Amino acid sequence: MRRYANAHPIWTGIIAIAVVILLWLIFAVWPPGLVDVIGRKKVFLSALFNGITLGGLYFLVASGFTLIFGLMRNVNLAHGTLYLLGGYVGFHAANITGYWLLAFPVAFVVVGICGVLLQVLVFRRMEGEDLRQTLVTIGISIVMADLMLWGFGGDFINISPPSWLSGPVETFFVTAERRNGDLVYLKYPVVRIVIFVAAVVLGVAMWLALNKTRIGMMIRAGVDDRDMLSATGARIQIVFVGVFAFGAGLAGIAGVVGGTFQSIAPGEDIRFLLASLVVVIVGGMGSIPGAALGALLIGLAEQFGSVYFPTYAVVLTFLIMVVVLAFRPQGLLGQSG
Amino acid sequence: MKRALMGSLSAIALTAMTTGVMADGHSGPIKIGVLATLEGTYTVLGEDGVRGLNTALIGAGNKAGGREIELIIQSTDTSPDSALRGARKLVEQDGVEIVIGPLSGSEGIAIRDYSKTAPGVTFINGASGAMETTYVTPSDNFFRFNTDGAQWSVGLGDYVFNEKGWETVATVGEDYSFVYTQIFGFAKDFCEAGGEITERLWVPLGTKDFGSIIAALPDDVDAIYLGLGGGDAVNFLNQYQQAGGDANLIGGTIMVDGTVLSSEGNAKQALIGTPSSGPQADTWDNENWQTFVKSYQDAFPPDQRFPSPSLLATTYYNATSAMLQCMDDVGGDLTDGQANFRNCLTNLELEAPTGTITLDENRQAVASNFVSEVVELEDGTLANAMISKVDNVSQTLGLEKAAFDAMGLPSRENPECKTSY
Repeated sequence: MRRYANAHPIWTGIIAIAVVILLWLIFAVWPPGLVDVIGRKKVFLSALFNGITLGGLYFLVASGFTLIFGLMRNVNLAHGTLYLLGGYVGFHAANITGYWLLAFPVAFVVVGICGVLLQVLVFRRMEGEDLRQTLVTIGISIVMADLMLWGFGGDFINISPPSWLSGPVETFFVTAERRNGDLVYLKYPVVRIVIFVAAVVLGVAMWLALNKTRIGMMIRAGVDDRDMLSATGARIQIVFVGVFAFGAGLAGIAGVVGGTFQSIAPGEDIRFLLASLVVVIVGGMGSIPGAALGALLIGLAEQFGSVYFPTYAVVLTFLIMVVVLAFRPQGLLGQSG
Repeated sequence: MKRALMGSLSAIALTAMTTGVMADGHSGPIKIGVLATLEGTYTVLGEDGVRGLNTALIGAGNKAGGREIELIIQSTDTSPDSALRGARKLVEQDGVEIVIGPLSGSEGIAIRDYSKTAPGVTFINGASGAMETTYVTPSDNFFRFNTDGAQWSVGLGDYVFNEKGWETVATVGEDYSFVYTQIFGFAKDFCEAGGEITERLWVPLGTKDFGSIIAALPDDVDAIYLGLGGGDAVNFLNQYQQAGGDANLIGGTIMVDGTVLSSEGNAKQALIGTPSSGPQADTWDNENWQTFVKSYQDAFPPDQRFPSPSLLATTYYNATSAMLQCMDDVGGDLTDGQANFRNCLTNLELEAPTGTITLDENRQAVASNFVSEVVELEDGTLANAMISKVDNVSQTLGLEKAAFDAMGLPSRENPECKTSY
């Protein structure tokens, strides 16, 4: 960090000022003049936190996608399908057993197995053939979408969280001051806080696993040079299958999360495939921190857009993508070449 | 050998084509195309629309004017271009003679324009409810037997102001023509009664995350008007409950329709007691209505339908009934550019389950409208209980044409909230 500050003193200054302004916006009681210009603080704070939690959901989906791409160069366009399948499996698991938490391991395992099947039956047969993989996975996603429509119906499915998770909680963020001097605190849905914390924990765990463990080392080595890794005697096919299963399982978990605070329905597969594509393009293909940064940016853009300029909210996401592609085509945290 | 085979195959194809052409307009099976939203946010709505259509066809033994009906269902996704693509495919590739649909507001505007380029085909609207579809540059071969979004709002503003005592309202709606039309009708009623609309928020159709919009809802209003539908409505309610929202709600027509009231999960419970309005009320004790509900229930097993038909089922049913009656009237004869058939549709007095429907000079329905409130029935399902009924609601909402035109067309900000128009 010190090195960066020495190399780019102006940028460091700008970033520091932005952080200070942001912290002030979050913690201070806004003066009336500011409220007149950009609206109530409650709206701003909610948009900020909603953007971050939505980013958490996008991160869950996109990290699997980017992991699979980074290691195996597999463009898995059936990733959205895995998300949707996870949602359906989780919904039925929670319904049958009555335990919401049980939906997560069940979705992870079932969708993970689907991932293994995809890797063994499809990708292994066409290693290194990008175009074929792309076309075949598009085909699979269309077929699966129809099969799921047939099996699970076209209704909107909403996974109900247990009662201790529903409803709001009062946070310690002040949104306004009443005339009598009382402070008004922000109320925020518990379920969104839990989801965000879970995404952070998972992200940190993944980063640790990749950077501090032997398996992580193998995966990173595989990302850099697959052929050399297999030449050293690592059983690379097993690593591939494992990573694919894990990435798919993450998409399955994301499906349960998405079904809990949004809803699951036909068509969601395409939406999340698109979202994860945008996220990894912005963040950088194959990079976990990149996926986190991209997911955060896209989530914030969607939420701030929806409140402050609703007409152009949809464009904003793609604008970010275009700007990144124009100035840093390898993605914000991607490695060039 | 191969060439000979190809030759005979093309010969067969040619003969098949010519016989197909010969059958047009006289006798033999009639091809009817259907446009319904079977993808995207409004999937559930489209499915129930098709159920309504099939209820009518089952009642008629799948025959229209003595001719067997060959149904071609084309899926759309609420976007105008998907409807246009679907209609082109039905007309130009499948050669249908009648199209029933589309379902969503902006699709309707696109199909009205397309119908002008296909004068040989008759279009009967399915459920789309944007005002412009029939009010601005109407098309000669586009008929709408359902009232539009503004007509669906008649009676609601007056009810919430005078009976509920709600004087200030903020609105949240999907950002497209149908919801503009709904709020147009609501605003006219509500503001004339003396109410005030303080803020209008818009979200894109297909929004999933309403977190920030919910936070942006004003706290100092008496009620919030929700102009959402399908998946958007379910998502909104779910997140509204998670955020601990407890404001009074007013429902747009498809916000409190069977499609939302029958959704999985408990988000819909937030709607109990919500007043709303539309072209039907689920608990109406009218004999025709009850007969229709019964035939809808009989046509499909309980797990493949709603407890009672949604308004999409009803409007598609009405459109199909009008088509069937007029086909019988002309004995299945669609020659002479379908002149007799269209003449019959124009002058038809349709005895629909929701009351008598007639068409005005723009081929737009004039019909009854219902004010209702969401209640929980004994079996635990939710339904719209009838409060009151307004008869003969015209597209100009009872105003003179000049006064109505002065209000302008529905848009995000139009009409202004005034006490007289």
